[in-house]
Amino acid sequence: MRAVVVTFPGSNCDYDCLQVLRKVMGVDTRFIWHREHELGDPDLVVLPGGFSYGDYLRAGAIARFSPIVEAVKRHAGRGGIVLGICNGFQILCEAGLLPGALRRNESLKFRSHDVHVRVETTDTAFTRAYRPGQVLRIPIAHAEGNYIADPGTLERLEADGRVVFRYTTREGARGEGGNPNGSANDIAGIVNPAGNVLGLMPHPERAAEGVLGSTDGLGMFESLVAHLAHERVA
Amino acid sequence: MSAYAVEIRVTPRRGLLDPQGKAIQHALDSLGFAGVGEVRAGKLLVIELEADSPDEAAARATRMCEKLLANPVTEDFAIEVGRDAAQAEAAT
Repeated sequence: MRAVVVTFPGSNCDYDCLQVLRKVMGVDTRFIWHREHELGDPDLVVLPGGFSYGDYLRAGAIARFSPIVEAVKRHAGRGGIVLGICNGFQILCEAGLLPGALRRNESLKFRSHDVHVRVETTDTAFTRAYRPGQVLRIPIAHAEGNYIADPGTLERLEADGRVVFRYTTREGARGEGGNPNGSANDIAGIVNPAGNVLGLMPHPERAAEGVLGSTDGLGMFESLVAHLAHERVA
Repeated sequence: MSAYAVEIRVTPRRGLLDPQGKAIQHALDSLGFAGVGEVRAGKLLVIELEADSPDEAAARATRMCEKLLANPVTEDFAIEVGRDAAQAEAAT
C-alpha cells in the first residue's frame, strides 16, 4: 500500500498525516506538492488540514484549482480512495468531489478543542475498524466547519447512509452542546455516492497516538489499511 | 478595448443564516439604531477588466463568479460594470 499527502501552500497538518501513516501504520507515504500534475498511482490520497492559500476568498476556493487537484479527481474517478481532513474537506467540497459547503461557524469563533463524533456507518473503507454507533473523541480546529447543503442533498445524504460522522455529546446523543459549529444535521463527515471519497472536519490524525491524548482517530487509518490490503488480495 | 471597473458583490444567500450579519445586527441594535432588520455581510470585489464592451465585461465577470468568486451553494452575486477606467480618470 502506498499513500500520498498533498501539500498546498498553507497546509499545516501534512506532517501529522505523514507521521500517522508512515510511523504508526508503517505505510509507504510521501508528500506531493500541489503544483505536480501526477500522483504516481497511490492507493490513498490525503488532503490534509491547514489554510491553503491563506483561506483567501473562501476556504479551499483557490486550492481547488491547483494542478494536483485534477489528478486527485482522476484518482477518485477510478475509485481511488481520497481522505480530506478539515481544509481537505473544504477543498473536496469546493472541487465538487463532495456536495455542499462549509461556512463560517455559527459562533463566529475559531473552535479548537476535542469534540465527540458518532460513527454512523461502518460500511465504508474509512470506518470498518469501528463499532456501529461508537463515539470517538477527536479534536477540531476550524473557523469554517458549518456544513450546509440544499435540502434535497441533505435528504439524499441521510437516505443513502452517506453521513459517516455526526457530532454528538460524550454519550452519543444528538442535540444540546454536541454540535460545535452549527452544521446541518450535526454532520461532521460525509462520503461520495461511490464511497471512496470522504471529507470530515475533525482531525483523526491528531488522535492516533497515546501521547496525543486520544487514539480514537487511529481506527480510520486501520480501516483504510485493512480495506486496501483486502482489495489487493481480491 | 477599454478597461472597465467591475464591481462584484458577493452576499450570503438570502434565507441562509448569516452568523456574521446577525452579530452585526445585534451590535447595531445594542447601539440604539432603530429599525434595523436583517443584516447580511458579504464581500465587494473591484476588478479592472479589459473588454470590448460593458456587456462583454459583465459576461466575463459572470463566468468568474460561477467558476471562482461565489460559492453556488451558499452565495449570491451581483455585478455592476462601471465606466471605462481611463475615461473615469480623465474626467476627474
